[in-house]
Amino acid sequence: MKFIFDRNTWQEIFGSIGKNKTRTVITVIGVLWGIFIYIALSGAAKGMDNGFEKVFESVSMNSMFVWGQSTSMPYEGFKTGRPMQLKLGDVDKLQNRIPEINNIAPRITLGNFGTDPVFTVRGQKSGSYPVNGDYPVYTKIATKKIFDGGRFINDEDIEQARKVCVIGERNVQELFDKDEDPIGQFIRIGDVYFQVVGVHKLSQGVSFDSDAAIFIPFTTFRKLYNTGDNVDYFCIAAYDDVDVVQVEKDVKTLLRNIHRVNPEDERAFGSFNLGQMFTRVSGFAKGMTFLSLIVGIATILAGVIGIGNILLISVKERTKELGVRRALGATPREVRSQIILESVFLTMVAGVMGIILGAGVLAFINGLTKDLDFPYTNPTVPIPYVLGALLIMVVLGTLIGLIPAQRAVSIKPIDALREE
Amino acid sequence: MIEIKDLHKSYKMGNNSLHVLKGINFKVEEGELVAIMGSSGSGKSTLLNILGMLDELDEGSYTLDGVPIKNLSETKAAQYRNKFLGFIFQSFNLINYKSAAENVALPLYYQKVPRKERQEKAMQYLEKVGLKPWAEHLPNELSGGQKQRVAIARAMAAEPKVLLADEPTGALDSKTSYEVMDLIQKINDEGNTILVVTHEEDIAHMCKRIVHLKDGVIVEDKKVEQVRAEQYV
Repeated sequence: MKFIFDRNTWQEIFGSIGKNKTRTVITVIGVLWGIFIYIALSGAAKGMDNGFEKVFESVSMNSMFVWGQSTSMPYEGFKTGRPMQLKLGDVDKLQNRIPEINNIAPRITLGNFGTDPVFTVRGQKSGSYPVNGDYPVYTKIATKKIFDGGRFINDEDIEQARKVCVIGERNVQELFDKDEDPIGQFIRIGDVYFQVVGVHKLSQGVSFDSDAAIFIPFTTFRKLYNTGDNVDYFCIAAYDDVDVVQVEKDVKTLLRNIHRVNPEDERAFGSFNLGQMFTRVSGFAKGMTFLSLIVGIATILAGVIGIGNILLISVKERTKELGVRRALGATPREVRSQIILESVFLTMVAGVMGIILGAGVLAFINGLTKDLDFPYTNPTVPIPYVLGALLIMVVLGTLIGLIPAQRAVSIKPIDALREE
Repeated sequence: MIEIKDLHKSYKMGNNSLHVLKGINFKVEEGELVAIMGSSGSGKSTLLNILGMLDELDEGSYTLDGVPIKNLSETKAAQYRNKFLGFIFQSFNLINYKSAAENVALPLYYQKVPRKERQEKAMQYLEKVGLKPWAEHLPNELSGGQKQRVAIARAMAAEPKVLLADEPTGALDSKTSYEVMDLIQKINDEGNTILVVTHEEDIAHMCKRIVHLKDGVIVEDKKVEQVRAEQYV
């Protein structure tokens, strides 16, 4: 170990690699390119991963939707084609029977799924917008950012069936004057006046609602439109560590049970599994990371082999010098260590430069894509990966250095000194 | 200092075996200056290589300063070379990317002499061969004679028991040859043991003893009146 920290050793190494500068530089570029590719690719993959994560940040990542369709099999005396209607009572049953479920938000809407949007008026301005009856728990599944001074629907709104609403940015633009604060103002939704209590901000990435969606308390909605216990669909979020595909199956099985549908009937209830989608997308990002790892390592390997090759040539060229050194008392071990250290040193220098260059390019790409609507955020390479790459390079550098080192040692000093 | 008994050495060349040294008996005392002469192919370089532990002997024995030299590992041989021997080659064999001083310091580096001491010693020996002002020059900035003097300083730096010179003047014109021989004589005057392989009669006569090799055996071994090289310089 002392050998490595000895100034003399390094002087010897600098002396010999400085001898042919052009060749050294070209050799170094080989490895530099490898590590650069590795860093740039895995950073880019990571950026994509982060980007996807950001896209999904406003929704619970393992969430799903379930809605009623109509039966496709006769069961217990019911004929085929019976329409399915989800009920508010299903919520408690689902929550009690399926422990993997974290939150369930029953929703009822107008203006989606083929129903007409509701004509909304404020003063001289008007528009038709979708209206949703919601519970506060909905925000636990799909995060709603509310502008300062506002709020989402709360429990008291539900209890008292208050006529309050949360509107979108586009509603504000279309119904209010510029610089007008909508909070506390009244708008007429259908035939009833509602007080605006909040304005929700459209989230970047995946969102369940448009920027013109109006939210009112579920209880108000059902009174207003006389929908009773009917629910259009459930938003269900499972706990983070559970298999959402299984939860989806369980939910549908239970719903078939509750609504007395043939257990085999796959078409009675429809569902969309966002968690599964997300798994696929993040699987793609992981695949990219893996691919970049493979490509990067292969390129590094190619570069390191290049170093080994050059050192082999250099040893050949320096046959005489090595012979002189051995005549002067260099032990085979010393000769070997010197060649290996040259290899490792070149690899390391190239590696560090490649990492710096790669980091620079990543920073550049980050700057370019910052304001773009593209799933690419904060491309980074985790430090362990970088250290791992460096370690791999040291190991490879040593291994590849062994070949020329062994060649150098196998030359007998007498052969080395013999005149050509 | 050096004692060789019944030394045999042959080289395999394909199917043929070339018997180069055929029973050499040879003894060198401390402080001697011996010329080994012979035409090419007489085995003089082979003998020097064996003396220099660069080559292994097949048969016989070799004792250097009381240490039997036989079946050495590469590492051991390297250590012995470093400790006992200084080499001077016909083609100088300086390391061309190192300055004169660094070249001289190289054997000391392998002796693990601390850096400062190494530099001091290198300068001291360069001064001895009269090249102190050229200490920082690279070999290709030096003349042939200067290069050989650097090589001599390098051989001396490790303070070896024996200096082995293989045709030290072979690549030099006669004037520089005499300068180099003058230096070798002076080093010998200080009590160092030196062996010089040469095929030049005049160079051989500047030594104190001439050993003639012919076809792998010593045909003549005589003490001579030393011709001082100084007078030709």
